[in-house]
Amino acid sequence: MCLSIPSQVVQLHPEDNCVTVDTLGVQRRVSCMLLEDPLQVGDYVLLHIGFVMSKIDEEEAQASLESFRQMVALMPKQDILPC
Amino acid sequence: MREIQLSHGGGGVEMNQLINQLFFRHFGNEILLRGEDAALLPVSGPVAFTTDSFTVSPLFFEGGDIGKLAIAGTVNDLAMMGAKPEYLSCSFIIEEGFPYADLARIVESMAAELAKSGARIVCGDTKVVPKGAADKLFINTSGVGTFPLPEQSRGISVRNLKAGDAILVSRDIGSHGACILMARDALQLGSDLKSDCTTLWPQVEALLKAGITPHALRDATRGGLAAVLNEWSSASGVAIELEESAIPVCDPVRGLCELYGFEPHDLANEGTMVLALPAEQAQDALGILRQFNPAASQIGVVLASERHKVILNNPWGSRRYLELPQGELLPRIC
Amino acid sequence: MLTLNDLFQGFRQPEVIRALAAQITELAKDLPEPLRVMEVCGGHTHTIMKYGLHQLLPASIEFVHGPGCPVCIMPKERIDQAIELASQPNVILVTLGDMIRVPGSKGTLAQQRAKGNDIRPVYDPLDALRIARENPEKTVVFFAIGFETSTPMTAALLAAAEAEGIENLLFHINHVLVPPAIHAVMADGVAKVNAFIGPSHVSVITGADIYLPIVDRYQVPVVVSGFEPVDVMEALLMMVRQKVEGRYALEVQYSRAVTASGNKAAQRLVERFFETREHFRWRGLGDINASALRLRDAFAKRDAERHFALNQTPIDDHKACQCADILRGLAKPNQCKVFGRGCTPTQPMGSCMVSSEGACNAYYRYMGIQ
Repeated sequence: MCLSIPSQVVQLHPEDNCVTVDTLGVQRRVSCMLLEDPLQVGDYVLLHIGFVMSKIDEEEAQASLESFRQMVALMPKQDILPC
Repeated sequence: MREIQLSHGGGGVEMNQLINQLFFRHFGNEILLRGEDAALLPVSGPVAFTTDSFTVSPLFFEGGDIGKLAIAGTVNDLAMMGAKPEYLSCSFIIEEGFPYADLARIVESMAAELAKSGARIVCGDTKVVPKGAADKLFINTSGVGTFPLPEQSRGISVRNLKAGDAILVSRDIGSHGACILMARDALQLGSDLKSDCTTLWPQVEALLKAGITPHALRDATRGGLAAVLNEWSSASGVAIELEESAIPVCDPVRGLCELYGFEPHDLANEGTMVLALPAEQAQDALGILRQFNPAASQIGVVLASERHKVILNNPWGSRRYLELPQGELLPRIC
Repeated sequence: MLTLNDLFQGFRQPEVIRALAAQITELAKDLPEPLRVMEVCGGHTHTIMKYGLHQLLPASIEFVHGPGCPVCIMPKERIDQAIELASQPNVILVTLGDMIRVPGSKGTLAQQRAKGNDIRPVYDPLDALRIARENPEKTVVFFAIGFETSTPMTAALLAAAEAEGIENLLFHINHVLVPPAIHAVMADGVAKVNAFIGPSHVSVITGADIYLPIVDRYQVPVVVSGFEPVDVMEALLMMVRQKVEGRYALEVQYSRAVTASGNKAAQRLVERFFETREHFRWRGLGDINASALRLRDAFAKRDAERHFALNQTPIDDHKACQCADILRGLAKPNQCKVFGRGCTPTQPMGSCMVSSEGACNAYYRYMGIQ
């Protein structure tokens, strides 16, 4: 429903339950109040209005990207040229 | 002196001290130091004349400050007509209590920026207003420029775009706007991003000297790339078609836009030039521009059309209009 | 090694989008009837329009825009209440960005701010706590809006305020729920929706299983999709496949972020502070049972609606405004008589035009070319 984009955890701040995340070179401190399990540096997360909403499942992301690679490889070239 | 007082604008001893110790010291040139009521300019022939006021907040940001902006902004307005920036006026409106050290830092920054074009401040004014009557510091600069390369600059006008012209940008877009947004506490963001604030005359001079004959030049300030291109298509009665994938945007600007739902083409620039020029000159122009910034790119073309709109083509074949940005820039949330 | 760029660009690859478009177009030839798919979430409407995905699809697939814009579905009287609150002496009204542009019956919060009321748009609800801490002699009211994605953040703000003993922070709660809105659209019957794109981030919080009753009751596919153009196209392909195979089921396309049961910690936090209201009046959809939240009695002292006597009289929209029909999926924004004429993003007559989640706003910004 609301804007949420992927970011990467670059620093932990356990003392106030926050982390610093990076989004393409822009960094922000965000709250982890809504998460059960602690994050690690390098984790990918979804942010929403100043909070970490959830961790991104890297295996699922990789699986999706791999399925796209295979799909494009199998398509006849003329179907994927620009119209 | 630690802070600027009302007496510094009073016309008396304190004001003269300020002018001598700070303004004359850093801006000094023979016209200014004459101290006449008005500057006599040794100019003949056509001149370009422009004015701009600067109220940016915060006053200091990554890559610049209000002083650098005040010089680059006015100098660039002249350069965008193909005019060599020559003489500037400079008015300060200072809020009582403003730190002297900050004013000195700003004035030094202005002197450094003037050196990039060789323009000189030849007259000025200083006012100090009571606390609360102004937000720290406002600066107005007006500027006069001449035309050393009249053949090349003759055709520059918002009305002069021709079907078939190439549309170029001199570097990646949106840095200044993104930088200011990030500098405001409200968003609490950190990054290495610097404002693109800079004097563009050296680039314009290089283009004109190489024989490039631009049809239009504009620094993409408030309203960003979208504002410039819409004004051009409307004034020249043409359509402009852009390839989204060709528009250069650096990572932190992209990151900010992703985070808050902004579009890079709506963000202000203070040292990024948009050009419309004959298609056959595009490669040469890019060669020259890339010496100043490797991100210079051709982003689109001008088309003859009844509908004077700016069209954005995305990489998978869909299209939409790029409209003038509307309203206050608020982050998208929910 | 997955990079951050993969997570952005990986789901915006042109060849993947075109390949999916080709597959959808081919498979759609076998659709038993035209697909009328409702994207519930206003953010999805914007993705579809901004990336021009509708330009890549066959005519047998039509989008019906849903009511998933929390600002758009807010009736005028509640916006007026925000203005009433902001006009009180010693009140600072804090709300999320978009709200300040939305028109009530007598103007917007932005206009009130220009008149001198202390109204502060924020990006992060925790800023309201800081404002309350910094202004102990004032009453700070957080005007909370949003579907299930944003409710946990308001709850987190409440938890922080309680933990720190910040007494001068009150709340005006306008949190609403997705499933009742979907039921209302289907009960209406007129929009003739036969498939749903489930919201991305509501589902991250709630879990995808909340849509199972919708699948069962209306026998329509619900595919929970991510926000990126590849996500939406893949979700459409999954939906078309279901229809062609004569199935209807809940599927999750956004598998990298959405699970069956969602973010339990966030859900527990919401449970602690909120309960369901019996009624809530939605713009366009009318009164819907159990569709919105309010603060539990234990936190009545923080409830601005109980603290201040606010005018609860329903206020109708402008006669020419067709937001109601648009929110119910009965009309498209460009069918509204005042679209682009009396009603624009800078001079909006209804919130659908000014909100960045609103269908009218999406059409105004992206559909001009059509």
